[in-house]
Amino acid sequence: MTTRIESFEQLKQKYEEYKSLVEVRADLDYDGDQKFILVCGGTGCVSSKSLQIVENFQNLIKEHGVENKVRASISGCFGFCEKGPIVKVFPENVFYVQVTPDDAKEIFEKHIMNDEVVDRLLYVEPVTQKRMHDSLEMPFYRRQMRVALRHCGLIDPEIIEEYIGVGGYQSMAKVITQMSPEEAIEIMKQSGLGGRGGAGFSAGRKWEFGRMYQSDRKFVICNADEGDPGAFMDRSIMEGDAHTVIEGMAIAAYCIGADQGYVYIRAEYPLAVKRLQIAIDEARELGLLGKNILGTEFSFDVDVRLGAGAFVCGEETALIQSIQGNRGEPTTKPPFPAEKGLWQQPTVVNNVETLANVPVIFDKGPEWFANIGTEKSKGTKVFALAGKVNNVGLVEVPMGTTLRQLIFEIGGGVRGGGKFKAAQSGGPSGGCIPEQFLDTPIDFQSLGQIGSMMGSGGMIVMSDSDCMVNIARFYLEFIVEESCGRCVPCRVGTKRMLEILTDITKGKGTPEMLVELQSLAETVKDTALCGLGQTAPNPVLSTLRYFMDEYKAHVEEKRCPAGVCTDLLHYEINPEKCIGCTACARACPVNCISGAPKQVHVIDQEKCIKCGNCLEKCRFGAVIRK
Amino acid sequence: MTEQKNPCCTGSNPGFAELGAYIDALKIDPKDPERKEMLIMTLHKAQSIFGYLPSEVQKFVAKKFSIPHADVSGVISFYNYFTTTPKGKTNISICMGTACYVNGSDKILQDFEKALGIKSGQVTADGRFSIESLRCVGACGLAPVVLINEHVYGKVKQGQAEKIIEEYLIEYGEPVEVE
Repeated sequence: MTTRIESFEQLKQKYEEYKSLVEVRADLDYDGDQKFILVCGGTGCVSSKSLQIVENFQNLIKEHGVENKVRASISGCFGFCEKGPIVKVFPENVFYVQVTPDDAKEIFEKHIMNDEVVDRLLYVEPVTQKRMHDSLEMPFYRRQMRVALRHCGLIDPEIIEEYIGVGGYQSMAKVITQMSPEEAIEIMKQSGLGGRGGAGFSAGRKWEFGRMYQSDRKFVICNADEGDPGAFMDRSIMEGDAHTVIEGMAIAAYCIGADQGYVYIRAEYPLAVKRLQIAIDEARELGLLGKNILGTEFSFDVDVRLGAGAFVCGEETALIQSIQGNRGEPTTKPPFPAEKGLWQQPTVVNNVETLANVPVIFDKGPEWFANIGTEKSKGTKVFALAGKVNNVGLVEVPMGTTLRQLIFEIGGGVRGGGKFKAAQSGGPSGGCIPEQFLDTPIDFQSLGQIGSMMGSGGMIVMSDSDCMVNIARFYLEFIVEESCGRCVPCRVGTKRMLEILTDITKGKGTPEMLVELQSLAETVKDTALCGLGQTAPNPVLSTLRYFMDEYKAHVEEKRCPAGVCTDLLHYEINPEKCIGCTACARACPVNCISGAPKQVHVIDQEKCIKCGNCLEKCRFGAVIRK
Repeated sequence: MTEQKNPCCTGSNPGFAELGAYIDALKIDPKDPERKEMLIMTLHKAQSIFGYLPSEVQKFVAKKFSIPHADVSGVISFYNYFTTTPKGKTNISICMGTACYVNGSDKILQDFEKALGIKSGQVTADGRFSIESLRCVGACGLAPVVLINEHVYGKVKQGQAEKIIEEYLIEYGEPVEVE
């Protein structure tokens, strides 16, 4: 039934027509009598049954016959995954947390029908114990600035009309009908947008290179192979606002002169793949993808290509190999993909978040964008805050926000009252940032200077119960598994580093090993072929630099200060505190604790497997871990 | 030496017809140097049909693409997502991404291994269960996360392995005959 949109004018008409669909949500001054219930449909909330919640709301709306006044739908990720599933009611902007399918009835009957807020489902601010009505007042949201995530948690990602209703595709329309590619590239350069995949290279200059090389076939690739463990920014954007990414790709394609695009996306993200495919189909149907878009000469189409679980494919040359149906091994640069990429043709590879920023730049202007952030890093950055932090979730802040603001204000501090030890940014390619740098403004340059990197935006918080040597070993294990084996430094070097780290965590470390580890790490950094190998030693180098004490404790005293490395642990029972309750003996899986009831118990060190069950079970603090 | 035929994957398996139709629709030109473009997508399709990618399936794909069997098997061995051994009917994946790891997912993995008496990467003798570890599923807000087939279980605590398996079987599992 839908008809193609043939011109910019028609797109504007559609915008006027569809604006009302989203006005209850998007217009802060809305004073009509409509109500809208938005339920988070991101992976996290879906796994906590959020789709059932929407269904329950829709049934209730039907039962009460209020279809013309109340609507309910899913949206992209609200970011506050810790407290999911999230339900938001507009226009009051009330934010309900940890909602169950059964709660739908109460919210509907009280709030929707009687304008009575359900207090028990509101977020409780942990410090003041105040129940928060409006999400904008919550510390988690107060400091955030949502640019790339602007539509996540606002529109239904599976309905293109809603995207058009918030002004979607108008940036693309403006560019392809009113600007030359050179003018558009100039705007991108003025905005200062740097690649959000990690390196921060100017997106405008990348496009300029793509334009410069002549060919009758060129490609735009969206890199959605978000392989860093603990990072889920790109997934959330794809799930919540796939059209933005498609629009960004179309603008890139117009600028460089490409007519075909690919989204290379992880197969581990089934929901994102599904939503992306829906978005592509919808855009094609309306003629926003395909031949002669909006009646211009510009033609562009997008196809999805699935990854297959190889971390190295996040590297652009490896990714291109993978799209070509090969093993995803990187190739040497130069030539860069902008010159010889997919099928040896000029190709621009941009990250999801980078592309999500593009339509905003053309909407609000490059000056607006360049005003956000620091001198060298412009705009905002999305971080996936995870690990030992109270508010796990997705946050977007202006570049230049400090780690302290990010972790303690927005993130609500370290979980379980632990002490902050380090923040790990950039996944297996990044480093561990210790406490002394908490006040460093975060941007591409500053993180590089302190031995880490921005990476794609994973930010894992670690507390005093995490062993940094073990964390370095964990990342190395990942790298060894993911190294493609093409170059020797990465294939052999990382394996040797892992062996050394494993020895250290098992108590077999020697002081010479630390020297060897350092020199090996530096060699791999300098000589590996691709980005994966060159950055793989970062977790090791940064922990050696900032947490040498911990390495020394492992090597010299055979002690793990955080109490993580099992082989270095030792449990015993303090005879003065033990009352002989037998709880520990009953919990011991290998029956190595002996002692009669009401008598002091003893652990047989020979048999002990150091599982720690006894420590957990003892209510008298008699079990000691050394 | 003739190769041992796996009973589930002889040419008569209807899966081959489905896979064949999928590949035929791609209209692969045996002379096109870019014909491998859809190889990985095809292998995804094949794995979704057969559950894994045994040699018979690989050869079938290679023939349809007019490429050597070695090319297909080289791609399969490179990518973690593809497997040449069958998984259990109920496949349990424990996320070993960083966020889950710092929240103790290694202990959760041990729990499941103990509960089923198999190690990560193995299948129980009756073929009902398998365990594997996987990298980040991006549900870090729910760390540590366990996936049973495609269902996500979040904020898993130690000692819950048996309970979770039971819950899954009651809610989604096929009826099981009591022995």
